[in-house]
Amino acid sequence: MFFFANREMLRKLIVFVAVMFVFGFALVPIYKKICEVTGVNDFMKPEQLKNSQVDLSRSIKIEFDANIRNLPWSFKPELSTVTVHPGELTTVMYEVHNTTGRDMIGQAIPSYGPSQAAAYFKKLECFCFAKQTFAAQETRHMPVVFVVDPALPKDINTITLSYTFFEVPGAAVPPATKTPVGKLEAQAMLKPLRG
Amino acid sequence: MASVPHDASHGANTGHGHDHTGHDDHHHMPTGIMRYVTTTNHKDIGSMYMWFSFVMFLSGGTMAMLIRAELFQPGLQILDPERFNQMTTLHGIVMIFGAIMPAFVGFANWMLPLQLGAPDMAFARMNNWSFWLLPPAAILLLGSLLVPGGAAAGGWTLYPPLSIQAGMGMDMMIFAIHIMGASSIMGSINIITTILNLRTPGMTMMKMPMFAWTWLITAFLLIATMPVLAGAVTMLLTDRHFGTTFFNAAGGGDPVMFQHIFWFFGHPEVYIIALPAFGVVSQIIPTFSRKPLFGYASMVYATASIAILSFIVWAHHMYTTGLPMAGQLYFMFATMLIAVPTAAKIFNWLATMWRGSITLETPMLFCLGFLFLFTLGGFTGLVLSLTPVDIQLHDTYYVVAHFHYVMVAGALFSAFAAVYYWGPKWTGWMYEEKLGKIHFWWSLIAFNVTFFPQHFLGLAGMPRRIPDYNMQFAEWNMVSSIGSFAFGIAQIFFIIVVIRMIKGKSGIRAAAKPWDGAEGLEWTVPSPAPYHTFETPPAFK
Repeated sequence: MFFFANREMLRKLIVFVAVMFVFGFALVPIYKKICEVTGVNDFMKPEQLKNSQVDLSRSIKIEFDANIRNLPWSFKPELSTVTVHPGELTTVMYEVHNTTGRDMIGQAIPSYGPSQAAAYFKKLECFCFAKQTFAAQETRHMPVVFVVDPALPKDINTITLSYTFFEVPGAAVPPATKTPVGKLEAQAMLKPLRG
Repeated sequence: MASVPHDASHGANTGHGHDHTGHDDHHHMPTGIMRYVTTTNHKDIGSMYMWFSFVMFLSGGTMAMLIRAELFQPGLQILDPERFNQMTTLHGIVMIFGAIMPAFVGFANWMLPLQLGAPDMAFARMNNWSFWLLPPAAILLLGSLLVPGGAAAGGWTLYPPLSIQAGMGMDMMIFAIHIMGASSIMGSINIITTILNLRTPGMTMMKMPMFAWTWLITAFLLIATMPVLAGAVTMLLTDRHFGTTFFNAAGGGDPVMFQHIFWFFGHPEVYIIALPAFGVVSQIIPTFSRKPLFGYASMVYATASIAILSFIVWAHHMYTTGLPMAGQLYFMFATMLIAVPTAAKIFNWLATMWRGSITLETPMLFCLGFLFLFTLGGFTGLVLSLTPVDIQLHDTYYVVAHFHYVMVAGALFSAFAAVYYWGPKWTGWMYEEKLGKIHFWWSLIAFNVTFFPQHFLGLAGMPRRIPDYNMQFAEWNMVSSIGSFAFGIAQIFFIIVVIRMIKGKSGIRAAAKPWDGAEGLEWTVPSPAPYHTFETPPAFK
């Protein structure tokens, strides 16, 4: 009397077993897909080194300002603001153009708002580190590479970096020989860089 | 325990538990060995499962004794490292697939039809086939020790690349797993169909004995995971011989993927072993507390939740493979979640005993031992579920201690409890209570002497699966080895107790219901249970 019910049950269970056997093999493409989607275990991709010092919990807005004083140049940042995490290495570019018909030397001086942020704004490279010589009508894109120290006080969420370009008075071409330079730059200048 | 003499109608029985010559059979039955080769009787098959299981238990136990003898003191004494690795590998596979699982399938075969009021298992001929697949698998497993290169030696988890590089012993292991898997699947189909279709009228699902419930859920776990294991070892086989590269990075495969597939089977396997043990305990504790099981429905739901959760926690065996952080956290929390339904079961057993009229016969003693030691093993499991802790303890003796607390003190103790509890029903004779108690206390003490120190060894950093060790581990290893020899001898004592029960040495015939607190249809048939029972469905209240 149970015969038909048992047969039916047997059929269902055998189908289930077959499905699970296929599922075992289906785990192979599923595994590959999961690794691909989540980006784990991708042997083709080189290991990415990550900076563990970045404080991802904070975002700081950096505003860039550019001024000139008694200098007929055009001077502006390529981005007016960027948002960075403390500890994150960031590069921004400024564009400088000598609008005059003569060679000139200028020097940029940074200032910070609020001023207490200055101690936490670490510039690794800046055009303001040295006097800049511009030929007539020359345009250059110059970088600032900086890190905001993760120790930045919690109440500072916006830092304004303001540069003012001054003409270095009385300077004439060629400026490089007359400019006091750092050791590295001096070594660099021993090699013929261009022309 | 009070015991009344056997009723008169079966008084002519000779008392040989497995030889029901006194029974009036309506058909011709082969005698001698052919009776067992051709039998479709659930009681014969159940007995064969149990004897097979015991033989495998002794084989696996012998391997354990060799392992402990080698680890008795530092340095290499009796096994060379290759043999040692074969011993640990085969010990695991033989004990899990050969001893524990067939033992509980044997109990299921014997007891489920009796508990459900069914005349036999649903597919009697398939039942015969699922048993007789096991001896060839055992021969393949044990025979692999004799082939060139020896048996598989990469650990019972068969991780590549070792399992791909190993010799032909690994192929024999793979075929043995295929065969044992087929046997388990057929057995499970049989059990599910029997439970769902052959219950006596009036026995609704929520009135079934707990043993039937735990086996129903276990059988579903088996048919869901055994095919996946079969697939995994088939992939190993084709990687070894047919040029596929499922697990070979040189061909675009990934050895870690094997671990994922293996543990997708492997973690439910833990509960395949534990759940029937829970079922046995859920039968015995109410009997000797003389109270119904506390929280029957919650026991059913807890068992089902454990089964479902067991599918989503597998990678807690793989914390050191470089899982992403999110994966580690997920598997850690999911694993800890399993403690909730497990604790529900533990508390239900305690509540069942609460204010019960408890007597401490051997089955109850083994259940109490189970309760205490399984809970300890559960707690060390909780410790190991914590990713940062596990990374320290991974593959140390702490893990070995943990899973022996749940496998030996959990599954094996409840199997002993089942033999003492249902043995009178099978054999028609009571066992000797004093000997049973000696077996219990002997096993309990020896077990703890063996495995408790392994926690210390693991915490001190002793790695598993290594035949030699640093001097600092010497003392506790010696203690552990001495305990293990005592535990091994206790099991020789156990089989003596069982044989004495079969031969009726106690002189006390088992009543139809030898335990006054017992409930269930299995106690309505005489002891020993006649060859054919419940040919018409019994009445169920």
